[in-house]
Amino acid sequence: MTEKLTTSGAAVRDASVAMVRAEGVHKSFGQVEVLKGIDLEVKPGEVFCLIGPSGSGKSTFLRCINHLEKINAGRLWVDGELVGYRQQGDKLYELRDREVAMKRRDIGMVFQRFNLFPHMTALENVIEAPVQVKGAQRSAARERAMQLLERVGLADRAGHYPSQLSGGQQQRVAIARALAMDPKLMLFDEPTSALDPELVGDVLDVMRDLAESGMTMVVVTHEMGFAREVGDSLVFMDDGVVVESGHPREVLTNPQHERTQSFLSKVL
Amino acid sequence: MTADIDRTAGHKDTPPAGPQAIKAIPVRHYGRYVSALVAIGLLGAIVFAFAQGKINWSAIPQYFFDDRILQGVGKTLLLTLLSMAIGIAGGILLAVMRLSKNPVTSSIAWFYIWFFRGTPVLVQLVVWFNLGLVFEYINLGPIYKDQWSDFMTPFLTALLGLGLNEAAYMAEICRAGLLAVDEGQTEAAHALGMSHARTLRRIVIPQAMRVIVPPTGNEVINMLKTTSLVSVVQFSELFRVAQDIGQTSGSPVEMYFLAAAWYLLMTSVLSVGQYYIERYYARGSSRSLPATPWQKVRAHLTSFSSRKATA
Repeated sequence: MTEKLTTSGAAVRDASVAMVRAEGVHKSFGQVEVLKGIDLEVKPGEVFCLIGPSGSGKSTFLRCINHLEKINAGRLWVDGELVGYRQQGDKLYELRDREVAMKRRDIGMVFQRFNLFPHMTALENVIEAPVQVKGAQRSAARERAMQLLERVGLADRAGHYPSQLSGGQQQRVAIARALAMDPKLMLFDEPTSALDPELVGDVLDVMRDLAESGMTMVVVTHEMGFAREVGDSLVFMDDGVVVESGHPREVLTNPQHERTQSFLSKVL
Repeated sequence: MTADIDRTAGHKDTPPAGPQAIKAIPVRHYGRYVSALVAIGLLGAIVFAFAQGKINWSAIPQYFFDDRILQGVGKTLLLTLLSMAIGIAGGILLAVMRLSKNPVTSSIAWFYIWFFRGTPVLVQLVVWFNLGLVFEYINLGPIYKDQWSDFMTPFLTALLGLGLNEAAYMAEICRAGLLAVDEGQTEAAHALGMSHARTLRRIVIPQAMRVIVPPTGNEVINMLKTTSLVSVVQFSELFRVAQDIGQTSGSPVEMYFLAAAWYLLMTSVLSVGQYYIERYYARGSSRSLPATPWQKVRAHLTSFSSRKATA
């Protein structure tokens, strides 16, 4: 287990700076207000779970963290730095695309629909970003990618194309691809929702292993079992606001709000 | 009823020898025979009419491999190749510009496509040829300076006229290809910290090629035929050469037939090539590959023979 700790320096990070901090985050798509003022804080090394019904805005919030969506109001910081803007005095400057890309290097993201690059093998998927973005040596990137594929249990599938892999295998390759950039924060957007029930376990095992290595993770999920066992904090969102938050075990077993109670009674 | 069948089947001690193939008399398609007869009759009538005409058929084989004709064929192919190269390169550039977030580049691309698709290529060719009226000299500072009429040779006129026009059409094909790639691909690449340009080059364009290649093959065949238009700007490609020979040899119409035969020959070769390229790119997207023409012919022949055997 100890050699698996290589990816993350999160465990020794200064715990006083929040990895993610949101203050009054609002987001609208046209007339529809999806986020209506989100305040929360993710500590370094924490596994932070976001649960809630569809359309509650949890995926949108996750996408705001690495600036795939622009927020309309409020402030969002990752590791002490403002997302998407630069503050000088009391003025905000929009970041250039290059600067946004620069910040995204440190944030890994795993999608519901995997989004592996179909024209590349599993190995090529994993080495693409280190070589193209970080300018890593191809041989070194390949070696590192093989370690990561080993870690997610797919070293023997390195030469396979995504279409030749099952959904669970694709998602584990996607996790390896995100880890290859040595992120300080990993975002998971319903990583098991598109999988056959049988294949969910393998992906959750990889995530659990990652959590044990000290990685900071924000996980949008419907897997209450995972949230309860692995999560350090949990937030229940509904209709664009945080309804309830706390330790997963407490929120899941003893929800205080009526809305949380009715949601959990349906999914548990 | 079913019980009866079951009982008789149960009486037999021999194990069932698998399902018995259905033997039935196939539906007779009398319409097919009639239409085949009509078609053969019409074809015969047309051939007869042409054979009766005052056409000196022997002139065609006589000139078919004439040096001038072969040179014309070579120039037609060269012009097709080079103007398609300009068209594809320009088309990709324009498509990317058109889809760019920069309003200036996207409007420039829109305007370009609007103009070059909106005017006939024949008119464009003639305008290129006569631009000397507007620009008497071409002056690129220290690099190049000449009179426009010397600079704008028939070949360059033809190449620019066809290539720039083609770029407008290729731009729309490429744009459709780029839009066909799932947005999740772009998001995944951006989430990994890849820039717009790199995402386009490494992730989006390779996947768009599957959509872009088949219609591009179509464009190549189209371009081969369109090159005949450049005879109006004095470029001696196949059509122009055939015309010239026709006027000196005294058999002008025969030379048009000859040119038509050459064009048909070349487009046929290209069509076969296109068919196999499309088949190649269908791999992975369609479950079973379409049959090659040879496989189709063989399937028809075997179905004929089996029908005779059963009849």
